[in-house]
Amino acid sequence: MATEDEPVANHLTGPLDDATARALRVGEVVSVDGVIWGLRDATLIRIFDEGVIPPVDLTGAILLHTAPSARRRADGHYEPVSVGTTTSMRMDRFTRGCVETLGARAIVGKGGLSHSSGEALVAAGAVYLSIVGGAASPETLQIQSIEEVYFEDLQPECLWKFRVRDFGPLFVTMDSQGQSAYEAVTQRAMERRARAEQILGL
Amino acid sequence: MDSLNQNHHPKMAADVTAVTEIGTSGGALYEGLAEVSAVLYKQALTVLPPDVRSAISRADAHESDRGAKIRLRVMANAVETSDRTGIIVCQDTGIPVYFLGIGTAFPVNGALLEQALAQGIERATQRYSLRSSIVHPLTRQNPQTNTGQGVPIYHVHFLDGVDWLDLLLVPKGSGSENMSFLAMLTPADGIAGVKRFVLESVIGAGAKPCPPTIVGVGLGGTADECMALAKRAIARPVGEPHPDPDIADLEQRLAEALNATEIGPQGLGGSTTAFAVHIEYAYTHISMNPVAVNIQCWRGERARARVHASGRVEYGY
Repeated sequence: MATEDEPVANHLTGPLDDATARALRVGEVVSVDGVIWGLRDATLIRIFDEGVIPPVDLTGAILLHTAPSARRRADGHYEPVSVGTTTSMRMDRFTRGCVETLGARAIVGKGGLSHSSGEALVAAGAVYLSIVGGAASPETLQIQSIEEVYFEDLQPECLWKFRVRDFGPLFVTMDSQGQSAYEAVTQRAMERRARAEQILGL
Repeated sequence: MDSLNQNHHPKMAADVTAVTEIGTSGGALYEGLAEVSAVLYKQALTVLPPDVRSAISRADAHESDRGAKIRLRVMANAVETSDRTGIIVCQDTGIPVYFLGIGTAFPVNGALLEQALAQGIERATQRYSLRSSIVHPLTRQNPQTNTGQGVPIYHVHFLDGVDWLDLLLVPKGSGSENMSFLAMLTPADGIAGVKRFVLESVIGAGAKPCPPTIVGVGLGGTADECMALAKRAIARPVGEPHPDPDIADLEQRLAEALNATEIGPQGLGGSTTAFAVHIEYAYTHISMNPVAVNIQCWRGERARARVHASGRVEYGY
């Protein structure tokens, strides 16, 4: 959603090619067309802790930390009821596996990932894209269809293949150069702490 | 003197947004209450309170950071999109927390009341295809109902002499609930220790609870009561000051201090980190100085109903 003084965000297409992922820089605003894969805690535990690699090629994939509400139609297909984004830090220890083993090139989430995940992104040439957490209703409308669902027994924490259009806005907040907007904000908050304490008379 | 018990039920917004009728005799009452509960659950997840909407637009008006402004407008857009489409605002259906204010002149069987409200949550989950977010803590088994042993969570208070029942539902999202903090400070840590703890908690939480947040602070009581106070604090309409002017002043200063950190909307920088700080307190022990922080995300989801003994139901926030 661009404001009047905001240029229309750069469009990316999922899956991403290597050069595109590596060229993204912290501060850029993008949106996505094409395919995004939804997963979260239970999905990643199955893949990496239980060693069940999904029967799909996730090279270049854009992953989304989500567990949607979806309605199963009579024909067996799912339609989205509400698709939003969950706090990424819970899935932090799976970042390296996602970008190195599965070959994903972008992780979409909210709240950011750790410094060590940032290093994994650098090593793999991948990025972290932040969505506005909690704003699931527009996000749901940007999902055109749910094309495939794997690990259905983990409902709602399955591996979901979403076809999306104008999915975003997404903010590049951790890039393949090792920049992190989250670390910059935390750093500034620590610097601003003296001002906050002064307000509190401490 | 106002009843202390009444003081323990969260203050609720006065506006009535809809009125219905339910039966009042025997099973009809509990069937009616189940339906009220179903309506409250869907409503809380879909239609955000007016005070939250105002808080978003005030934050936008005061914001100069370009990215923060875009993020606040996405939030405003999500609120409008849900108004228009009926899609719930966030995919997180939360953990249902009920604050019950039971009028002493409202004839109700409390056990059946709790059952009826739980049935309403299950009914809404099925009717609206809501994601079930509730699992067994050990097996992680999900009954797909958004209920389970001990869920919904009930905070029960009695309202002296009135013939109505107040139901306030907060479907509490996990992103913000995971950012809950308790410290059993010493009396010597004083109020300075309390202020430091709130500041450190919010800086530590950073982007994770989906700022701008409503920061609930509990002061006093026991460990469990202190956190319950913090939870009650987040259920208050955004920015409604505490009636005690000293507490209200502390709320104001804490909010100003938290916003000075510039953690900002979504923890990516900007001038509004907390829409408001709300404090609730209880007396505590001479050797104790407990402080609890319970954070509510930017959506501040809640819905309420007042059920009169006549069967008239007034909905609001």
